[in-house]
Amino acid sequence: MQDHPSAIAVLDIAIAHLRDNTLPDLKGRAAFDMRVTLNALQLVRRTLVLTPESDAAERTRLEALLGEAGDLDSLNRALCSRIEAGELDLASPGLIAHLRATALEKLAVDQPSYSAYRRATEAKD
Amino acid sequence: MSAPSLDRDALAALAPKLAPGATGVAEVRQLSGGASQELWLVALDAPGGPMRTVLRRKPPQRAASELAIAIETEALLIALAHDAGVPSPRVLHTLTRQDGLGAGFFMSFVDGEALGGRIVRDEAFAAVRPKLARQCGEILARIHTLSRERVTELPVKDTVRVIDELEQAYRAEDWPRPVFSLAFRWLRQNMPAPAETTIVHGDFRNGNLLMGPEGVRAVLDWELAHAGDPMEDLGWICVNSWRFGMIDKPVGGFGAREDLFAGYEAVSGAKVDAARVRFWEIVGTLRWGVICTMSGVLLRGEGPFTVERPMIARRASETELDLLNLLEGVA
Repeated sequence: MQDHPSAIAVLDIAIAHLRDNTLPDLKGRAAFDMRVTLNALQLVRRTLVLTPESDAAERTRLEALLGEAGDLDSLNRALCSRIEAGELDLASPGLIAHLRATALEKLAVDQPSYSAYRRATEAKD
Repeated sequence: MSAPSLDRDALAALAPKLAPGATGVAEVRQLSGGASQELWLVALDAPGGPMRTVLRRKPPQRAASELAIAIETEALLIALAHDAGVPSPRVLHTLTRQDGLGAGFFMSFVDGEALGGRIVRDEAFAAVRPKLARQCGEILARIHTLSRERVTELPVKDTVRVIDELEQAYRAEDWPRPVFSLAFRWLRQNMPAPAETTIVHGDFRNGNLLMGPEGVRAVLDWELAHAGDPMEDLGWICVNSWRFGMIDKPVGGFGAREDLFAGYEAVSGAKVDAARVRFWEIVGTLRWGVICTMSGVLLRGEGPFTVERPMIARRASETELDLLNLLEGVA
């Protein structure tokens, strides 16, 4: 077990420092790069918070869809092969629901402000 | 990597060729934008006062890209487009070896806004926004009637070749993306009948259009031009990633497909096949996704990298959701 404060708590303090004490003094390209850097750190934060659960959910769905066990990489490669061979397509039960759930799980980490993500998650609420 | 620079003496010697009576150079400044080519503002000392010109130049160290056309071909296309009534700068001079400034061309300076996010949101464009989709249709129709005989160097990319090249790039990433696999299979099974081949701009989208409060002032970035299915351009400007959040305005985040098609039909006299445009919107969405993954592949090489690069790589997922929406809509 790692000691506290947690990785997320350390990251939050680092993000707050860069945002509140460093960014205001920057101009032009340096300010732009710092905003991108803050976005990158927020992505890392969302990864730490969200992916333990979403990776497990994705794996459960893939194993059910494919009828085999494995890690995420090999399961996703197997799914690609079945789609490319025409064994699974748009009409296959569960395929679209799985792909949609996975795309939303990725966007929740990568880009939760993306228009299509917001549209899809608002519709669900 | 040292900062790029321009030879002031060579510029001064060239000045009279760029503007009659120009005696020298008043100001040289590198402009932002132009991810692959250098873009310079060069103000000349001309009889009527400083005259602003723009130099688009190939970075001296840059190897010829497999994707991009030669910069001289780009200049030729812009000159042709200008003569055909496509909003464009005037090409003033294409550099030769004797000029001693590398490869590139000078054009007249056109003022305006190219940032897509501002064009879809800023008050300055509120009045013109409802007219932009139709304007884009009219402009594309003019681009598609440019004479291919004058630009014989353009690569021919029919639908099969476009999809083959995208799929090769996807394979090169060697990362499983079931949505991309599904989209490739769908595209190959739903390929439209071969189209008439025209000049295609290749990157006609919000972000590459210089705008003023009255509308489009210049079509930028011709380096992905090729010969192919003209509907490729109409599909590309509808890709959700170029709507800058305005998801319900499919054309560039500012307009409706009907207006784009009406403008196109008014100038070309040909009826737009909406299903064919939709096919190309799916290709375009997949293309942006693959471009994002190529950014990720580059991260496997040696750095240093800009902090933007990994964030672009992580935008591939936006196209996965867009592709699912598109594929389900047509399934």
